[in-house]
Amino acid sequence: MGWTRKDLLSMRELDAGEITLLVDTAASLQEIASRDIKKVPALRGKTVVNLFYESSTRTRTSFEIAGKWLSADVINFSASGSSTTKGESFIDTAKNIAAMSPDVVVVRHSSAGAADLLARELPCSIVNAGDGAHEHPTQALLDLLTIREKKGHFDGLHVAIVGDIAHSRVARSDIHGMRKLGMTVTVAGPPTLIPPFVQELGAKVSYRLEDAIGDVDVIMMLRLQQERMTAGLIPSLREYARFWGLTLDKLARHARPDVLIMHPGPVNRGIELAPEVADGPYSVILDQVSRGVAVRMGVLLLLAGHKGGDGA
Amino acid sequence: MSLLIRSGRVIDPANNVDAVQDVLIEHGKISRLGRHLEAPADVEVVDAKGKIVCPGFIDMHVHLREPGQEYKETVATGTRAAAAGGFTAVCCMANTSPVNDNGAVTDYILAKAKVEGLVRVYPIGAVTRNLRGEELAELAELAESGCVAFSDDGRCVMNAGLYRRAMEYTLPFGAPIISHAEDSALSAGASINEGVVSTELGLPGQPAAAEDVMVARDILLAELTGAHVHIAHASTAGTVRLVRDAKARGIRVTAEVTPHHLVLTEDAVRSWDANTKMAPPLRTKRDVEALIEGLVDGTIDCIATDHAPHALSEKEGEFDRAAFGIVGLETAVAVVLDRLVRSGHLPLATLIARWSRDPARLLNLPGGTLSAGAPADVTVLDLDAETTVEPARFHSRSRNTPFGGWQLRGGPWMTVVGGTIARVAPR
Repeated sequence: MGWTRKDLLSMRELDAGEITLLVDTAASLQEIASRDIKKVPALRGKTVVNLFYESSTRTRTSFEIAGKWLSADVINFSASGSSTTKGESFIDTAKNIAAMSPDVVVVRHSSAGAADLLARELPCSIVNAGDGAHEHPTQALLDLLTIREKKGHFDGLHVAIVGDIAHSRVARSDIHGMRKLGMTVTVAGPPTLIPPFVQELGAKVSYRLEDAIGDVDVIMMLRLQQERMTAGLIPSLREYARFWGLTLDKLARHARPDVLIMHPGPVNRGIELAPEVADGPYSVILDQVSRGVAVRMGVLLLLAGHKGGDGA
Repeated sequence: MSLLIRSGRVIDPANNVDAVQDVLIEHGKISRLGRHLEAPADVEVVDAKGKIVCPGFIDMHVHLREPGQEYKETVATGTRAAAAGGFTAVCCMANTSPVNDNGAVTDYILAKAKVEGLVRVYPIGAVTRNLRGEELAELAELAESGCVAFSDDGRCVMNAGLYRRAMEYTLPFGAPIISHAEDSALSAGASINEGVVSTELGLPGQPAAAEDVMVARDILLAELTGAHVHIAHASTAGTVRLVRDAKARGIRVTAEVTPHHLVLTEDAVRSWDANTKMAPPLRTKRDVEALIEGLVDGTIDCIATDHAPHALSEKEGEFDRAAFGIVGLETAVAVVLDRLVRSGHLPLATLIARWSRDPARLLNLPGGTLSAGAPADVTVLDLDAETTVEPARFHSRSRNTPFGGWQLRGGPWMTVVGGTIARVAPR
């Protein structure tokens, strides 16, 4: 089957076939990373704009490398030091960029719905690189690619997503993507960090780390942001680390020996993840980052191809 | 100047009238109702056969934005929108710039209304100075200047002690305190209702309890002080239950509901259209059902639009940064007629009562009835009129509506204010 969408906005809107196509495409592009000359001409003459309204190192760099390896012209626009500081609205800035005829705009924004807004307003393809606490589809896709590589399949796997589910776009995209591919998802955290009605998204809920990690194939640990403490959602980082931090000891006592430890980054070492876990044998955190470039190549290729690009 | 409205079906809930009659208007007052009335000399005759003739509709909750935010709306444009929408009177909230927290601002609004207003304008004064919730506004002077109620609408007075004193101080004026019931600690940062949609979209939500706890508080304060407290824009099943119980216990509490809270749920937010963003937010199907039930059984006293005009630039950007509120004057009657009356959820006579008799009684306003001698404010409805909502043709200066493109059957046909037909050229 082919790709028909103009944009990639969410995992929620995709069906299993589309997700599989994206993962397969990414998988086929992975070997470019190991080439001596990391460049293919697939997107020569195409322009990709990274429109980042929120600071990001990993995701922006990943999209930039992906575009460059495919020979696209990649332009980075970040909100600081630009027209936004002169008071121009988001939509005006975006329309101005669109007037320069990019093929793809990759957008990161702190407001949920920002990517949907651009998709409605701009004629070019939009990739959601994270919008508020809504979705981060390319992160979910790279998580899926990593899981399939390590486990060989999706069907019947059980994933625990642990931490600040309420404020996490990664959790939402992961839940949708994993559920559609036949996986079971349990979200776990203190009740103040679990959003209401999350079961309606198809996830199970646990309020004890030891229970949540007991019988799962993958543990996805999420970053705990310091603001959650001042907002009264948790009493202290110390208490959070004690009850929700993943340590070697907890893994040894409760988790399966073949469990994968994942994290979308950046890691708060010593808070949600003990350093020995982050760097330990279970951890595939850096594999996720490598797969991220392949996933973004695949996404850019399919979207630019949708607009009549010359393909791989 | 006389006006004879011939052969319409007259529904006047205050007098239990529902019959085909003529309505004769003379000298700005209702003169007589009856069959086959003789037309006096120089009378303008309107054939209202097949139409519904009612007391003028009163919208007790609008934002006219003047003074200070004339780019959103003015007294002139807002009252044109009101007339086009079938309203003969509006009550305008105090959150203008400067705030209507002293007699000079009230005087200004009334002076504007006298010159430019197409319908009657009744100002609502602020409860606290500059809506800051810290000290009382000059409430006696506001009442003397013509304010018909007091409200910090748009904000909740979080200080219960101060709110209690406001209720006590205004007791002699016979004008209610209107509560924007929203606990700002429970609603902090929220754009929409807290529920399955907020979880799915990752937008911060406020729980129904943000409203309910304040409604409960205000009912208790009304009981303590004996004041009349009116709950603005009820949006939750909890509010309906609390108000119903309070009324049964004889506490002086009344409530209003907006058309959008009667016909839309949080599901509409999935469109990411900022015209689905307002305070209080769109809630759930269960809440909508409770609100309709409350409106029918009289727990909720009236329908009010909370007409809140905003410029396009305040609504077109990121959802969480968009302004709260939607316009309503030009869609309200048609939306409610089509979605609630035609569908059988709300009897026509109840709709008319909730939009004329009941707000007039609640605010001690003239009108709300077609009794002989009453001000000749008349709304005529055409239940068969088919319209498509076209925001570009609104008389309001703003276009922020979630109802654009809706096809509706039934709507306002003619608006008479003080015996004069409020003619609004179609746009």
